[in-house]
Amino acid sequence: MEQRKKVLVIGVIGADVHAVGNKILYHAFTEAGFEVINLGVMVAQEEYIAAAIESNADAIVVSSLYGQGELDCRGLREKCDEAGLKGIPLVVGGNIVIGKQKFEDVERRFKDMGFDRAFPPGTAPETTIEALRELLHMDGETA
Amino acid sequence: MKPVLLIDFGSTYTKLTAVDVESETLLGTAAAFTTIQTDINDGLTEGLKKLKAKIGPVDFAETYACSSAAGGLRMVTSGLVPELTGEAARLASLGAGAKVVGVYAFQLTEDDLEDIREAKPDIFLLVGGTDGGNTECILHNAKMLAQMKPEFPIVIAGNRTAARQCQRILDGCEVYVCPNVMPKFGVLNAEPTQKQIREIFLTRIIQAKGLSKATELLSDIMMPTPSAVLAAMKLLADGCEGESGIGELVAVDVGGATTDIYSIAEGMPDHMNTVYKGLPEPYAKRTVEGDIGMRYSIQGIVDAAGMDKICRLSGLTEERVTELVEDLKVNTDKVPNGDDDLEKLDFALASGAVAEAVARHAGTISETYTMLGQTFVQEGKNLTKVKQIVVTGGSLIHTRQTEKIAAHALYDPAHPESLRPKEAGVWVDRTYILAAMGLLSLHYPQTALRIIKKELEYYGHSE
Repeated sequence: MEQRKKVLVIGVIGADVHAVGNKILYHAFTEAGFEVINLGVMVAQEEYIAAAIESNADAIVVSSLYGQGELDCRGLREKCDEAGLKGIPLVVGGNIVIGKQKFEDVERRFKDMGFDRAFPPGTAPETTIEALRELLHMDGETA
Repeated sequence: MKPVLLIDFGSTYTKLTAVDVESETLLGTAAAFTTIQTDINDGLTEGLKKLKAKIGPVDFAETYACSSAAGGLRMVTSGLVPELTGEAARLASLGAGAKVVGVYAFQLTEDDLEDIREAKPDIFLLVGGTDGGNTECILHNAKMLAQMKPEFPIVIAGNRTAARQCQRILDGCEVYVCPNVMPKFGVLNAEPTQKQIREIFLTRIIQAKGLSKATELLSDIMMPTPSAVLAAMKLLADGCEGESGIGELVAVDVGGATTDIYSIAEGMPDHMNTVYKGLPEPYAKRTVEGDIGMRYSIQGIVDAAGMDKICRLSGLTEERVTELVEDLKVNTDKVPNGDDDLEKLDFALASGAVAEAVARHAGTISETYTMLGQTFVQEGKNLTKVKQIVVTGGSLIHTRQTEKIAAHALYDPAHPESLRPKEAGVWVDRTYILAAMGLLSLHYPQTALRIIKKELEYYGHSE
């Protein structure tokens, strides 16, 4: 039997309509062998959760490019716990905060919010793919 | 001449339609009371007598029938997430012509089982999980259902990984396995399940409902009436080989107990700055409003439209409206018969029913401001570009004000969020042939379409 591909739920959170990066990530993740459920832009927390439940997703990858990421992402981990998605890996990236801030601080804040990984602006898809492989214990597997 | 008889066993009336498929003409129609309690054939014989008195003696070459008698096709569904597989299951059942009497999401509880037992469904649709997705919920629900030793057939159309296991859990029950109604996230695949539902209806439910005595007379098809109407609407919109359709449409059927709305339209966003949210809806979509009907559900119309609106549309006082409504609740077979007030009230009720039911069927649009400026979010189908409205149902076809009532299906500037047709031509099914033509279309699509186009009255554009 064919091995089940790892399933990712991706999308741009909040009132954010930046669609280009989202499409690039969709193609990069698919190319890397993941099964990708792309929710597109303007995604509410509840939509990530609904899609992840229905598809038994292995991780949720949140993008935010308009600076409001910190507000939009708050509470996502708690809602996942509440919905029975306890421990599901959460990854976030993009222009997730406003202004010039030290990324270590930003990363720490997102980790405190329950995210497993946070990525700064300009991260190459390969870096995220590598991190997902590690998070999902896919050593040696293609996906 | 090759006469074909089409029968619609309704909850109250058995309606007969005779057509000649060679000359592509409607020969005549007749109706008699449905006699499901005694022998369904009594009403049918009575109807045939009336029909033959009108059109003369004929030997029918073929006979087809649809039915909504004895409660129609009652279904209960269960899915996982309410907005996803839960909604997919509901839409699939409605599209198969069912009356959905229960919708469940997530894991079924013992209390749910009690309610299901009481709802006495004809078919249970068990779904949940995309293919390769969640299996836990559907397996749990299969176990719960097995526990109640169901007498109704169960159609499994969820995560394919779990389908066979569900079947084993439900060993001893009548179980059918179909492809997933939502194989991938956001993708609906309802047709195989709907086909299975219709087959069960044909083989099992017809018998259980005492309709089998009539089947000796039938050539082969027996389907739920709404399913026949949906087939007719698809044919009228899309056309068939050799005969063109009229394009995307919305159809409205206001009945005594419920109001059915059909839309045959893509309905996706038509602007770059509009984002679509939620489950994409089927091209041929049917919804039923169980609380909106001209007699049994009269209070539902008043509640939904508001007393003010009913008074304004009818020109009657609140006291008079209340008095008439209370009377109609009891005397459900009362029709306006030269009674001026009743006619005014029926006009207001029908208008209110059309406006509310179409608004619930159509999608909505909302405006939001983002860092990049104004954006629109659309949920459900955008019907603003639909140019044709088809109306049927006693309250609409037996009045001279059909066109005015139908106009309430249109876009309302006071509710710009509701994506209803902006302007449309109105087609009226005065002879009540839509279900019959849906039946006929399964074997004679071209003939059925030509008869529909000939028989429906067209009333130009409304705005």
